[in-house]
Amino acid sequence: MNLRLLPLAGFALLIALLGFGIAWNQRHEMNEVPSPLIGKLAPEFTLPLLYDSTKTLDRAQLLGQPYLLNVFASWCVSCREEHPVLMAQAAQLGVRVIGFDYKDDPDDAKRWLAQFGNPYAMIVADQAGTVAIDFGVYGAPETFLIDAKGVIRYKRIGALTPDVIARELKPKIDALGREGS
Amino acid sequence: MRLRNLIVMLFMLLPLTVHAIDALPFKDRAQELRFQALTKQLRCMVCQNESLADSTADLARDLRNDIFQQMQNGKSDRQIKDYLTARYSNFVLYDPPLNPGTWLLWFGPGLLLLIGAGSVAAIVRRRSRDATLAAANTHTEDDW
Repeated sequence: MNLRLLPLAGFALLIALLGFGIAWNQRHEMNEVPSPLIGKLAPEFTLPLLYDSTKTLDRAQLLGQPYLLNVFASWCVSCREEHPVLMAQAAQLGVRVIGFDYKDDPDDAKRWLAQFGNPYAMIVADQAGTVAIDFGVYGAPETFLIDAKGVIRYKRIGALTPDVIARELKPKIDALGREGS
Repeated sequence: MRLRNLIVMLFMLLPLTVHAIDALPFKDRAQELRFQALTKQLRCMVCQNESLADSTADLARDLRNDIFQQMQNGKSDRQIKDYLTARYSNFVLYDPPLNPGTWLLWFGPGLLLLIGAGSVAAIVRRRSRDATLAAANTHTEDDW
């Protein structure tokens, strides 16, 4: 091999590396950190319902059927972007969609839902944000797919878009359906 | 008169050096120092370039209170870190742990250094050999 070509080869390698970095960044969310909870049991929780704070919902009550846990808040900007997508698609997903109102004033949350619509089968309120810490939530919106046995199978950090639902979420839900039957 | 103004101004600077964001009721100074050292080693997941000690994010405040509570309950630094990594992955640690997934991170620079040193050594050896050959050649040319 001609040694004089070595610097050029090194340069080409560097260009390839930088190009790969740019391409990779465009397809991946830079702030997204894979959750260590995937494949594990969802944490134990007992939370009051948003619309009836005298009643609570806990993990055991949700076992038996898969569900989607959608972390949202009335103060969360990206949740507004996500909300119409949920309104349009929640009914066709094939799983229950449970709302998780995160560090929010219940009145604000109710007003927000009255204004934009309520896509959720049930909504729990975590005003203190302590259950959210157990779920490793660090920014709303976040969405967890939890199977009939209570195991977290998938997590989306950031808003659900029609594209993400079609490409990532729906195949996971369909896979759960095949397991169940 | 001027000296007094200067002293007053110096006192006005004092609040800038105080960096504790929330007033937590520490048992003693040692616990406070331990808390500060620990939160400096942990990443705020919201801002990601700030430590839990520095961040003003809502979640960082919640986690600081959480860590404080765990300290009151006698948890060790190790246990608190395990608690956080179980929820937020190793990404919360500014100092990544040594495991097969981080071998490249820990030993990669050393490996690069070895490759570099190896190629420098190879180049130097080849050049000195070429130089000797060239010297030998000039010698024969001289003869010729």
